[in-house]
Amino acid sequence: MDKALRFRSVFDIIGPVMVGPSSSHTAGAARIGKVVRDIFGEVPEKVDIYLYESFAKTYRGHGTDIALVGGLLGMDPADPRLRDSLHLAYEQGIKVSFVPKSDKVDHPNTARIVLTKGTRTMSVVGVSIGGGNIQINEIDGFKISLSMGTPTFITVHQDVPGMIAQVTSIFSENDVNIATMTVTRAAKGEKAIMIIESDVRRPDLVPQLRALPHMQNVTYFE
Amino acid sequence: MFYSIQDIIEQSANYPSVADLMIATEMATSGKDRETIRAIMAKNLTVMEASVAEGVAGVRSVTGLTGGDAKRLDQYLDAGDSLLGPTVLTAVRNAVAVNEVNAKMGLICATPTAGSAGVLAGTLMAVRDQLRMDREAQVDYLFTAGAFGLVIANKAGIAGAEGGCQAEVGSASAMAAAALVIAKGGTADMAAQAVAITLANMLGLICDPVAGLVEVPCVKRNAMGASQALVSADMALAGIRSVIPPDEVITAMYQVGRQMPQIFRETAEGGLATTPTGQRLQKQIFGDATN
Repeated sequence: MDKALRFRSVFDIIGPVMVGPSSSHTAGAARIGKVVRDIFGEVPEKVDIYLYESFAKTYRGHGTDIALVGGLLGMDPADPRLRDSLHLAYEQGIKVSFVPKSDKVDHPNTARIVLTKGTRTMSVVGVSIGGGNIQINEIDGFKISLSMGTPTFITVHQDVPGMIAQVTSIFSENDVNIATMTVTRAAKGEKAIMIIESDVRRPDLVPQLRALPHMQNVTYFE
Repeated sequence: MFYSIQDIIEQSANYPSVADLMIATEMATSGKDRETIRAIMAKNLTVMEASVAEGVAGVRSVTGLTGGDAKRLDQYLDAGDSLLGPTVLTAVRNAVAVNEVNAKMGLICATPTAGSAGVLAGTLMAVRDQLRMDREAQVDYLFTAGAFGLVIANKAGIAGAEGGCQAEVGSASAMAAAALVIAKGGTADMAAQAVAITLANMLGLICDPVAGLVEVPCVKRNAMGASQALVSADMALAGIRSVIPPDEVITAMYQVGRQMPQIFRETAEGGLATTPTGQRLQKQIFGDATN
């Protein structure tokens, strides 16, 4: 599999099945929201969404705002509740703000999502590259390249010694090769995340990872 | 994996069809088996059929800017007195139908994008009876289109914000043209020629959505995409070749997209979006632009 290819599956082109009107600005936005929520690992109290270039100019017409929030609430691009997402977020007590920005960024469909719960804050940058396909380019200021279509594990855990070794040993015991790995944390001893891309589809590793001490959440997607 | 149209022509020679090459490639990259992959595509086909039927019955968008045109075309078609033959006009009606459903936030299958979702579904539903395509042949049509679409997406891109409407309706039309050629019994090389002819005719098409909505001109651009696909397919089946080879045309589309000003890349800051009527509609729907 060639990592340089932006589109790898026939279903990147024929699909997704989704609620209109835009694959990049609605379906892609919902997927960004959902992945960001998975990375954060818990329901945020406050979400600030910064929109750039085409996202900033056309987000209302394309429903980008409702799709991002729908994704943050865990909805898929085909979820008929998407159109009510702002209301649903309000009912759940999540404060949401949208800030269109005029700064130049690398890709025209870019959103920076800043999630807050208590004293914990995380900032994630997602881009929608067309046809509902997305990439995650930055977490808490760390440049990463997380593209969908690759088996990916995201852990949220306490930053204590030995976590990385315990996680990677589960991969090695199951004979699963790790393709890429990113580790970052809020501050020493606080919440940390690991993003692991593997060569094979192994959602069955999730329960084993979740069972580790100090592990708070593990998500898997491909 | 294949990276160019030339790769598709060469690699598909080792398989019964381009669709089989696509499925084998998907099996290798995803680890899923053939039945699973075909079943996902069959589900997509079911969504496409439903979206055509829903739109033809008559819908209205969230804003009221679009809707009802597929129904108008359906009645016009029924009257049997049109300039175009029924195949092209049915494809146009279907394409409009899907994008009207998209504009009302209905359920559609993006091919390759939501804004261009009418073209592939529209052409397939227009020719499947005439070409006596059973369900499996219809699923194959989507795999063929997906193969050519993957190359276009990786070499040029399919986002209007990156490359304008040429990247969306242009890509959709090229994919449909290729699938039509193969469905009609043409070769992979003929399909490649249909891709080149289509994209060459779509070069420079800007993305200028009124009020930033996927409605005007998107719905009618799908009508153009569907009809151009049929025209390109027949031209290629007649033995016509593109002077510029398919892979070079795709590279040209990529470069045109790169050179296209941002106002023409899905920002609603140029073209039809900034006409007096376009701006009036923007204000009417969203209030003052400053809030």
